[in-house]
Amino acid sequence: MGNHKSKSGSSLLIKGGHLIDPAARIDAPMDILLKDGRVAEVAAPNQIKGADEKFDARGLIVAPGFIDLHVHLREPGQVYKETIATGTAAAAAGGFTSVCIMPNTAPVVDSPEWVHWLREPERGAQVSVFPIAAATLASKGAILTDFRALQRAGAIAVTDDGKPILDDDIMREALTRGAELNLPIVQHAEDVRMTENCAMHAGAKSFRLGLRGMTAAAEASVVERDVHLAMQIAKSRYHVAHLSTADALKAVRRGKRANARVTCEVTPHHFSLTDEDVGDYDTNYKMNPPLRSASDLEAILAALADGTVDAIATDHAPHAAHDKEIEFERAAFGITGLETALALAITKLHREKRMPLARVVELFTAGPARCFDLRGRGSLGRGCHADVTIFDPKKKWIFERAKSLSKSRNTPFDGWKLTGRVVATIVSGKIVYPA
Amino acid sequence: MNPARGSLLGIEHLDTAEILKILKFARRMNPDKPRPLLKGKRVVLLFYEASTRTRSSFEIAAKVMGAHTVLIQSAGSSIEKGESLLDTGYTLRAVGADIIVIRHPNAGAPLVMAQHIDVPVINAGDGLHEHPSQALLDAYTILRNKKSFKGLQVSIVGDIFHSRVARSACHLLGKFGVKVILCGPPELVPDIAATIAPGVRVTRHLEDALRGTDVIMLLRVQKERLAGMQIDLPDYISRYQMTTARLKMAKKDAIVLHPGPIIRGLELTSEIADGAQTRILDEVHNGVPTRMAILARAVGRMR
Repeated sequence: MGNHKSKSGSSLLIKGGHLIDPAARIDAPMDILLKDGRVAEVAAPNQIKGADEKFDARGLIVAPGFIDLHVHLREPGQVYKETIATGTAAAAAGGFTSVCIMPNTAPVVDSPEWVHWLREPERGAQVSVFPIAAATLASKGAILTDFRALQRAGAIAVTDDGKPILDDDIMREALTRGAELNLPIVQHAEDVRMTENCAMHAGAKSFRLGLRGMTAAAEASVVERDVHLAMQIAKSRYHVAHLSTADALKAVRRGKRANARVTCEVTPHHFSLTDEDVGDYDTNYKMNPPLRSASDLEAILAALADGTVDAIATDHAPHAAHDKEIEFERAAFGITGLETALALAITKLHREKRMPLARVVELFTAGPARCFDLRGRGSLGRGCHADVTIFDPKKKWIFERAKSLSKSRNTPFDGWKLTGRVVATIVSGKIVYPA
Repeated sequence: MNPARGSLLGIEHLDTAEILKILKFARRMNPDKPRPLLKGKRVVLLFYEASTRTRSSFEIAAKVMGAHTVLIQSAGSSIEKGESLLDTGYTLRAVGADIIVIRHPNAGAPLVMAQHIDVPVINAGDGLHEHPSQALLDAYTILRNKKSFKGLQVSIVGDIFHSRVARSACHLLGKFGVKVILCGPPELVPDIAATIAPGVRVTRHLEDALRGTDVIMLLRVQKERLAGMQIDLPDYISRYQMTTARLKMAKKDAIVLHPGPIIRGLELTSEIADGAQTRILDEVHNGVPTRMAILARAVGRMR
């Protein structure tokens, strides 16, 4: 950790806050004592005495540290876009204490050596980093990687994110091997045979702009196939990354009803924006999957509320200006998202759609922890990791991308008036934000 | 940065008064009686895509008005070496370009250029998006043959999806209350196309599109843009090819337009291409005065 505000072995008492810990079914004023990197005690206000340091959390929500299942930190190979150090500093500012990082780097993280490398202290991570390894060699979709060795090295899941695992036999084999190891297979659901040269969602807006559009079917057909396989293969674990369409949600619901181990995440931009927001070729609105139709957004809002969606994940995808200030069709896919996720969830879900704060917190904590089995995280029960996110759900602020801690500035939310802001982020008992 | 005054990036954001002003000025332009409105100006023709009509008529229009023209094509320029669109733009700005006329295979490329470079940018066709000078010269041609836009019906037949000409035409005609009918198979004319402008509807049946129509605009099936899409050409010809017999369904004084290049025997027969109601070469001819007006407007001399 780059920060040492409290000495090793010392204790920190978070006092006067309102604890929301959905996994422990707590939504009440509570004090928490953190000691030796773990939660030592959770008790009613003023019951805990004698801590080395105190954090005054009056008027604030105290929550388990947020977990982001989908982050691109661009190391190894693309450090001009982001590094583990800068990306995790942005994560800390966004309240994330754990980030699961994607393997579509240069080279692709498809070997235990690279998984080890990502976890070395020299990378300068400010929060906990959980590598997701490639599912196939170089993510080419042809030959499966050594899941067991990758898992032993510390990979918590496998994916070819950025590309789909398209071949039926490869996907079946991946789910089968994953089942033996209790390892989730994370799918970037896109039938690329249907999306060649496409730059946004297929609809009235793409027609008007003269851009080839990705149909909802290109996502849903892959999820439908995968859920069907997951239902056939006992104990297999399947997770849909950045789910964006109503039809893909239907397939996830079918899997869940059949008690298959199917989970999914959605991004803040897919619950905040639609394809009509793309405007006149603003590449900060270009990502994959693309911003979808208003009816897809409605379906996502319903699925966030009813529990079909397990987690909010940012798909934080930093790109340099020269990757973005070009022709829309040639510009890189992706936007940054770590520092705006909570505020968008509070603004769009809690305030506009009346989602209880406890459900918002669950989508950032217990939900994602369950998807990838992150033991001792996503909750603040006694003995859990001392990862805590403290936020003010009523704070109004304006997001300015110029002040972002990420190396990149590719966000459509610059200048947005938002409600809800992170006040402090604590990793293993140490305050990492504000630094 | 907002585009420089005088830029022409598309028809969608132009109002009717501005369109009529351009058309009126174009009518006063005569390529055979040069007016030096662009004397000493440098007009760069930046063509990332092949073109015959548009390029030559912009070039002639510029020269007739006394401008120096520089043609830059992808092959043989720094574009081939991987220079970015904006770096090319900055370079052209630095050598003193007064107007940049750009044709580009990517939709929105002229806008990106105009948002970063303080030189008027004229869109000479961007991907599937817009081709505003074509829509203006077609409007000019229509108004040479019809009294006004009032009560007119224009039927556009063919590959609408891949056509920037069709998109610009829909925007322009829609602004003047013209009834526009888009006709072709679903692969080339998606239902969503009807949402592009007011007064636009889609039909699959050529008879429906032709009956009582005033203007028929034919479009080529753009084989180079199909990108794996399968079109049964014999079937297309049997259902949508413009023939002398089919033309009789339209109004007696209906005219036939085509932005070119035409493919005889595909979207139209030779009889139609050379027929009395056809105005295809008039369109090409009218392209010069229309583009003279567009260039004069770019430097603030459209008065």
